[in-house]
Amino acid sequence: MSGGTITRPTVGTGHANFGRLLTAEWTKLRTVRSTVWSFAILIVAVIGFTSLFTFLTVQQWSQMKPEDQAQAQLDPVPQILGSGLFLGQLAICVLGVLVATSEYSTGMIRSTLLASPHRLRTLAAKCVVFTTPVFVIGEALAFASYFLGKQILSSKVHTSLSDPYVMRAVIGSGLYLAVLGLFALAVGQLIRHTAGAITTVIALVLVLVPLTGLLPGSIGKHVSAYLPTNAGQQIMQIYPKDQILTAWQGFGVFGLWTAALLALAAWFLVRRDA
Amino acid sequence: MIEVKDLVKRYGDTTAVDHLSFTVEPGRITGFLGPNGAGKSTTMRLILGLDRPTSGGALIDGKRYRELPDPLRYVGALLEARAVHPGRTAFNHLLYLAQTQGVPRARVNEVLELVGLSGVAKKRTKGFSLGMGQRLGIAAALLGDPKLLILDEPVNGLDPEGIVWIRNLLKQLAAEGRTVFVSSHLMNEMAVTADHVIVIGRGRLIADTSMNDFIARYSDNMVLVRSPQAEQLAEALRGDTVTITARQDGALLVSGAGAPAIGEAAAARGIVLHELSPQQTSLEAAFMELTKSDVQFHAPDAVPARDASQGANVDGATPKDDSVPEGSAR
Repeated sequence: MSGGTITRPTVGTGHANFGRLLTAEWTKLRTVRSTVWSFAILIVAVIGFTSLFTFLTVQQWSQMKPEDQAQAQLDPVPQILGSGLFLGQLAICVLGVLVATSEYSTGMIRSTLLASPHRLRTLAAKCVVFTTPVFVIGEALAFASYFLGKQILSSKVHTSLSDPYVMRAVIGSGLYLAVLGLFALAVGQLIRHTAGAITTVIALVLVLVPLTGLLPGSIGKHVSAYLPTNAGQQIMQIYPKDQILTAWQGFGVFGLWTAALLALAAWFLVRRDA
Repeated sequence: MIEVKDLVKRYGDTTAVDHLSFTVEPGRITGFLGPNGAGKSTTMRLILGLDRPTSGGALIDGKRYRELPDPLRYVGALLEARAVHPGRTAFNHLLYLAQTQGVPRARVNEVLELVGLSGVAKKRTKGFSLGMGQRLGIAAALLGDPKLLILDEPVNGLDPEGIVWIRNLLKQLAAEGRTVFVSSHLMNEMAVTADHVIVIGRGRLIADTSMNDFIARYSDNMVLVRSPQAEQLAEALRGDTVTITARQDGALLVSGAGAPAIGEAAAARGIVLHELSPQQTSLEAAFMELTKSDVQFHAPDAVPARDASQGANVDGATPKDDSVPEGSAR
């Protein structure tokens, strides 16, 4: 320990450009435990609950009402994809929030912004680096859970990727998770506090939807259809639940919600003290 | 070089930095002194672009921090508050910082070695002591071999060996021609480290002077004298090197003449003395007095910072440059 070795160090050259920020953000993402845990929980939840729910469906088949049996045979894909994703998505919500809020709760944001003071570029790099693995893992999980569910249900129900809209629903599940991750990241970036942001995201994803059922008549239906995750989940349906939004329209609405939140988060990031 | 120009930062009704202007020159250590809450950290955060100034600004060699293309090679900063994810290892913390501007991985090991953290490089920082955390912060500041260093309370939490180490490191960095700007609330630490000193209180500039001048001016040894013939005694003592301040309670504070000389002068003229006691004003006490007076005296109305610095005064300063009213500096 002496001050004698600081002359002539090799510190390289180069600007803090977008490519370098991607590398740095990737290092950040992979070197904390919460990332590994969240992805592990996502995978276990999706595979586990898909298996469980489809298995129970097969077990309980004889006790099901004929109209439920008919519905399951007509449109099995939402059940297969939905059972695991509905719970697994919470892991992505938590991780998306943490990617943003842990910067503030630990004070790391100061290190981050000292190294890359261009705040919009920094946020963009974070979004790309977080969304990419969520999308890749999300797609892998969507296909895995589809084939798993199809296999488990095969004695009762037939479905094929080549059936109309099935491919879109499966690919759409991965897309939905990727946008959901960004949505959570934006909320985390806006609120900055982990607990508050997680509560907000969970409220938006899970609590708000049943709440709109209390609104009278078609108002409730319309409000519900335009809620972020409800709209986003349209893409996983073969037959839209209601006739208000088509699959891609719904996904577009979800994208708009996310883009608006991200824009707001970016605006505040630039304006506010770190 | 750091130029702070008419910098203002308000949080609601509170003014943390109040029209502050100063320059930090390269090639020397500039100490940034002030009591807790004086606005030192806020000023540094404003220079580093972490906070937005209410008005005014700070330039680093003519550029704002946000305009620096590879800031880590230009400015190394250590902030008082922690800035590390506790779940990440020391090595990975420095690695991602290095990657933001293409600083090679080898340099990460180099700075870890330099600050003495090589042994715990692969440990999560949550187990680090305050001193280890401080060393990691210094490693991050040195990562890009910057021309300019901005360090907020770097000796905080360091053991005596660490304090000597950082002192020598700062001196070496300044000797290499770098700009070193280091804050502290400890006058004595700065007295042995800094070449130049900027003192602030309540966000305003109190003094901007060389350390030698500061010491010469504020570490006078004074003698307190009480006498029923105070005016006669003052007349007897008056001289080029002697300065006398009359306190409100009638006692005289004499600097430039020792107790023996004052006693002999009094005896020669038959002046009665009730008290003759040498007063040791430590630099630390002088600093506290200096910042306290600013806080007390200039609190409600806005006095331009430069006036405050000229009027800065402690007991024993010459009555000649006493531009503030008698008793005001106490």
